Amino acid sequence: MKTFPVGGVHPPENKITAGTAIKHLPLPASVAIPVSQHIGEPAVVEVNKGDTVKTGQVIARSKGFVSTNIHSSVSGKVSKIDTILDSTGFRQTAVFIDTEGDEWLETIDRTDSIPAGIKFSSEEIIKKCMESGIVGLGGATFPSHVKLTVPAGKRCDTLIINGAECEPYLTSDHRLMLEKAREILIGTSILMKALKVNKALIGIENNKPDAISQLSGLAKEFQGITVHSLKVKYPQGAEKQLIKALINREVPSGRLPLDVNAVVHNVGTAFAVYEAVQKNKPLFERVVTITGRSVLNPGNYFVRTGTPVRSLIEAAGGLPEDTGKVISGGPMMGKAIPNIDVPVVKGTSGIVLIPRNESERTVIRPCIRCAKCVTACALNLEPYLLMALSEKNEFERAERERITDCMECGSCSYTCPAGRPLLDYIRLGKATVIKMARKRMSN
Amino acid sequence: MGHTIIITVITLGLLALFAAVILYFIAQKFKVFEDPRIDEVLAVLPAANCGGCGFAGCRNFAEAIVKAEIFEGLNCPVGGAPIMEEAAKIMGKVAPVVDPLVAVLLCNGTPEHRPHTSVYDGVPDCRIAHNLYIGETDCSYGCLGKSDCVRACPFGAMYMNTRTGLPVILDDKCVACGNCVKACPRNLIELRKKAKKDRKIYVACSNCDKGGPARRACKVACIACSKCVKACKFDAITIVNNLAYIDATKCTFCRKCVTECPTNSILEINFPPRKPAVETEVEVVKVNPDV
Repeated sequence: MKTFPVGGVHPPENKITAGTAIKHLPLPASVAIPVSQHIGEPAVVEVNKGDTVKTGQVIARSKGFVSTNIHSSVSGKVSKIDTILDSTGFRQTAVFIDTEGDEWLETIDRTDSIPAGIKFSSEEIIKKCMESGIVGLGGATFPSHVKLTVPAGKRCDTLIINGAECEPYLTSDHRLMLEKAREILIGTSILMKALKVNKALIGIENNKPDAISQLSGLAKEFQGITVHSLKVKYPQGAEKQLIKALINREVPSGRLPLDVNAVVHNVGTAFAVYEAVQKNKPLFERVVTITGRSVLNPGNYFVRTGTPVRSLIEAAGGLPEDTGKVISGGPMMGKAIPNIDVPVVKGTSGIVLIPRNESERTVIRPCIRCAKCVTACALNLEPYLLMALSEKNEFERAERERITDCMECGSCSYTCPAGRPLLDYIRLGKATVIKMARKRMSN
Repeated sequence: MGHTIIITVITLGLLALFAAVILYFIAQKFKVFEDPRIDEVLAVLPAANCGGCGFAGCRNFAEAIVKAEIFEGLNCPVGGAPIMEEAAKIMGKVAPVVDPLVAVLLCNGTPEHRPHTSVYDGVPDCRIAHNLYIGETDCSYGCLGKSDCVRACPFGAMYMNTRTGLPVILDDKCVACGNCVKACPRNLIELRKKAKKDRKIYVACSNCDKGGPARRACKVACIACSKCVKACKFDAITIVNNLAYIDATKCTFCRKCVTECPTNSILEINFPPRKPAVETEVEVVKVNPDV
């Protein structure tokens, strides 16, 4: 069974919603669409208060190459342009739209047909991705057109489609692979054409045997696409770990997958690319898992961006009384949201309601150098050391210890028997080191 | 038996003498001249090693004093003028007069003024909370209340007020070493000129948002209405980034701005109570929430 060789943990899977089909969430009365739902420059608002917009219309235009367009997810009237607290916990500009009906742009193909023929060239596909606001839907939300543009001097020979979904609780990718398998495979072919590669590997953890058999059965119809089952181990779905597991190439420290001639995209992204290229539908809705052990009706929903988390919770039967934290994303890498009025964005893969007794932090006890965190780290880092260095403001040393390699998977904090906040301090150190490096660059 | 002892003593004695001679010459050869005045100056300094002077410690500062041509820019905030004069006397120079400073907290977001909107149960460290999110209240500029400044203070001049959740600075213990200023990730502590009787007038707010959002997050936020600027006859107040700032070197403590401020974000501290006749009604400006 394929997997990455170093580190990793086995958190309980808790995939409660794996058998629940994806439903469409009823349209919310109003949406708040943030202008920065991706990594890079925030988009520039293009509409004004009082404007009437249609579903799929561009409301904020990308600024620069590493940025992307933001589209209206509903039709209606722009009620205001104001700041809103988003799921990252910070304030940012958002376009507030009051929903009136659901009138889509005429250019969007809303039929049930699944066109397989790709009639666009590589450049046209990349341009379409850019215009449709496609970002990495695994959670990192890096603009996809940037990843598809292979810079001069670099070469790409393999496309990897990430269907690992190693986060506990989340099942949005799993359901998508079951229900939209053909679309995902067409999307994969489109991505292959854009990257000019003839080999694509889809990696799926073997706790989803139905998805593996579904996709591998269909993949026979598509040239160059193979489906591989992966051992269940967190963080299997991390880019570098997936590359190591599937094609046995190691991405060096501080480098990108392209340096080993590979590009990784999520299955959700492949589906979004299919919709953008074949159906002309920009990215304004995504599958979100709403789950938790005390949730009445956990499920998977197609949710329009900008929908308040509150309506998603209401659809799942309301907020359970014992809720301690509402987490946007999975329980390992996700972030607790400050209130349930924050909007669903392109990167929201799930909303997990954690009961109070499970969400509370344990008492921080001293480090006894048991090295469990070192064993758990999939990137060969020493988390206990990085934490100590950040705590003591020794950021130069932390930089030498490769703190910026950390992908913040949280395996170290998960495994620490002393309940030490390893990742909290590593995140602080990483942010500070990145700031230091930027300052150095600008000087 | 006695014979052996004598031989041992003589051999070891000769060996010791030989080593001593070698060591003497080596010590002469590699002798490092150190200005004796460094130790003299060091004896005068407070030995707090707080770093308030900008040097690594008191000895480092003493070396700088001895090396310096002029005293400009050298100041020990802990010892203040008397110690700098003594140090200057040793060097036969004159120490320039440096105004003593004191730390003030530029936030007055107590729970009554600034309601909590979320609960933070992570590591009690302001740096981490600041890096993570907006904070427990709706103000992304205000005090996070996780005591980084209190931990940084080497003089015990700060403590956390558990009721308000804000740090308190003890004027008589604060020496303006600046460690708290560096520790605060939100830059909420300012070193201001110390006045007579520890009197202070300053804008206790750091919120750079426009009036509406600032006021929604905190009742005593500066909304940059510029009423204080108009009230000040000494041009001591400026507004930058939606935030008023009172220049302590120009302020004459007339207290006109304090009464003008519609949100009570300007604090007056250590003043005698106002005479009823002088007291004016505090006007309340209606703030347009859409601004």
